[in-house]
Amino acid sequence: MPTVTAPPTSPYQSAYDSLASQSAQQPAWLRDLRRNAMQRFAHLGFPTARRGNEPWKYTSVAPIAQAALAHDAAAGAATLAHLKRLAPWRDAWPRLVFVDGRYNARLSSCDSLPRGVRLHTLAHALATDPAALEPHLGHIASWTDDAFVALNTAFLADGAVLIIPPGAVLEEPVHILHVVTDGAGAIAAHPRTLVLAGDRSRAAIIETFVSASGAAYFTNAVTEIVAAPSAQIAHAKLMLEGAASYHVGGTCVRQAQDSAFTSASISSGAALARNNLAILLASPGASCNLSGLSLTAGSQHLDNTLSVDHAAPHTTSRQIYKGILDGQSRAVFVGRVLVRQGATKADAVQRSKNLLLSRGAEIDAKPSLEILTDDVRCSHGATAGELDQSALFYLMSRGLPRDAARSLLVQAFASEIIQSLAIAPLRTWLDRRLALPLAASHAEVPA
Amino acid sequence: MSPSPLLQVAGLRASIAGKEILKGVDLTVHTGEVHAIMGPNGSGKSTLANVIAGHPAYAVTGGSVRYRGKDLLAMTPDLRAREGLFLAFQYPVEVPGVRNSQFLRSALNAGRLHRGLPELELKEFNKLLKEKMALVEMNPSFTTRSVNEGFSGGEKKRNEILQMALLEPTLALLDETDSGLDIDALRTVSAGVNALRRADNAIVIVTHYQRLLDYIVPDFVHVLVDGRLVRSGGRELALELEREGYERIRQAVESAQPAKS
Ligand SMILES: Nc1ncnc2c1ncn2[C@@H]1O[C@H](COP(=O)(O)OP(=O)(O)OP(=O)(O)O)[C@@H](O)[C@H]1O
Ligand SMILES: [Mg+2]
Repeated sequence: MPTVTAPPTSPYQSAYDSLASQSAQQPAWLRDLRRNAMQRFAHLGFPTARRGNEPWKYTSVAPIAQAALAHDAAAGAATLAHLKRLAPWRDAWPRLVFVDGRYNARLSSCDSLPRGVRLHTLAHALATDPAALEPHLGHIASWTDDAFVALNTAFLADGAVLIIPPGAVLEEPVHILHVVTDGAGAIAAHPRTLVLAGDRSRAAIIETFVSASGAAYFTNAVTEIVAAPSAQIAHAKLMLEGAASYHVGGTCVRQAQDSAFTSASISSGAALARNNLAILLASPGASCNLSGLSLTAGSQHLDNTLSVDHAAPHTTSRQIYKGILDGQSRAVFVGRVLVRQGATKADAVQRSKNLLLSRGAEIDAKPSLEILTDDVRCSHGATAGELDQSALFYLMSRGLPRDAARSLLVQAFASEIIQSLAIAPLRTWLDRRLALPLAASHAEVPA
Repeated sequence: MSPSPLLQVAGLRASIAGKEILKGVDLTVHTGEVHAIMGPNGSGKSTLANVIAGHPAYAVTGGSVRYRGKDLLAMTPDLRAREGLFLAFQYPVEVPGVRNSQFLRSALNAGRLHRGLPELELKEFNKLLKEKMALVEMNPSFTTRSVNEGFSGGEKKRNEILQMALLEPTLALLDETDSGLDIDALRTVSAGVNALRRADNAIVIVTHYQRLLDYIVPDFVHVLVDGRLVRSGGRELALELEREGYERIRQAVESAQPAKS
């Protein structure tokens, strides 16, 4: 049994202890990593401080810290029909499906992958080729200063691994689907995804977190992506968690020379959610294009925190995040762009645009630039406003009921993000899926 | 006795941002008629049209508007539209991200549902849209673009008339639809409007130019000065204004109301 400094009463500690005793077959380096991460978590604790806690200034995770969560619940039953109803779907998409935090082999399918491409569960990859993982797993997402990453790392047991050899091109996106069943109750899951994209490889990855459950469960996800030189990776994250749930998800990307990374983060679920996206543009010519769309209503709280580190010259980043806020909901956009010394010719654009549909909704939008070198092109901006009243009148003057006109304008606001999605089938799916909550909150569907 | 009017504006007063613009307007329009409203810049022509259409920025401070026997001012702007009222805007609004065709179909179907008609399926709608676009000689590429976004001034005006052609209003208010149109466009747009004239509808045209009235011949011409309709006449009044401008009318109005500051 590992020795730790956390108080023996910590439910996470006891869950860790019982998991640790079951994972004796894990490689020694991984057991060390997990033990260190658990110690780190015990030391850091949940970042609940309301003073001097800059990374969590706008988001209180006290509800997560106080939640009583089960780590050992058995997975509920899910069917393909169930998944197809909840998530975007193409039969041709290779997929790994996790139900209530546990891998479900029956619902997964890895048939149609090109030769040499490996899509496995983390457990399988650790059992068969741990050496391929060791240099990367836990090294891209820093667990030393982030309690949630530390916690996820401590609980590393299963997840998804995608290894793409140099030059390989995936025609179909890989779908990693996390679903929580209606009867799962207040569970905690710590899914991990690792993507290693070889030189000049091309792939798209969709990570979906979806549930119709009304329980206050907790998803604490970490995704690590390594893009080798000239790799082109498109990533989409759909955060459609259950209405009472908590979601903290970190996506950490390391980009080598001339690699291109596209990210689309679509969020409409969870009671309290934080999406962290951290990009390291480590070598010249690396570029990233990050877009996001969030829809919040009721008393939802959603926090998108991004950081882009221009650590090399001739690196490019684009951020466009949009928020649509209704009810008493609160959204946060924190985007930090760091241009390091020597990263000349860096080119960064950061934009946050927000639509407030009700007086009770609130947005904190904080784009920021930290530029430590000359000869760069950087700009940022944030806007927040209500629906354009003259456009609303124009639509109504043609007979559209107020709610239908509002819905059209809201969808129009979202369409810039949706229409730019690199994974085309997601566009139509999202158009339909997002139209539903909009229509529901405004009573009438446009004809 | 004449049949009950389609539109009856009586003593209408309206203000915007606390400033009174309409100071008692009376106007009666029957079906089958075309009325032209002329008047100097800033006299309140667009205000009158906007108030009739229900623009929320204007406050009605007095008077009444009856439309087909009902209290128009009590209706929401969208209900007015579904009841057959149409305003072709002087400055049509750009609506980025909303496809023109989607907007037109939603608008058409909203009106149809209101009249107890079934919604038009996409195929039928597309056929109808094609027909109406041919009528106003509009390029089909405009259907896939966002509503008015990046349209030239003239293209926006044409898009307004396309909407009118689709919605077939009972009362159309055309606010300077002719401004910004080139000579050929003026002819097609006028022909489009004329094709929509029927015994059971009516048109009110706001214009600065007699030229439009050569194409769409009005039964009545009214002159709006400083928030009041100060003269009405037949189409010869438009010719007179073209010759002489508004100065004489203005002076006549002022000398008739010496008490006004
Ligand atoms: N938001 C506003 N605040 C203050 N005054 C306004 C506002 N909107 C319009 N007005 C004023 O109302 C008056 C009437 O404007 P309106 O647009 O009705 O004139 P018009 O007769 O249509 O003029 P034009 O021939 O130039 O189109 C003008 O003096 C205008 O400046
Ligand atoms: Mg005007």
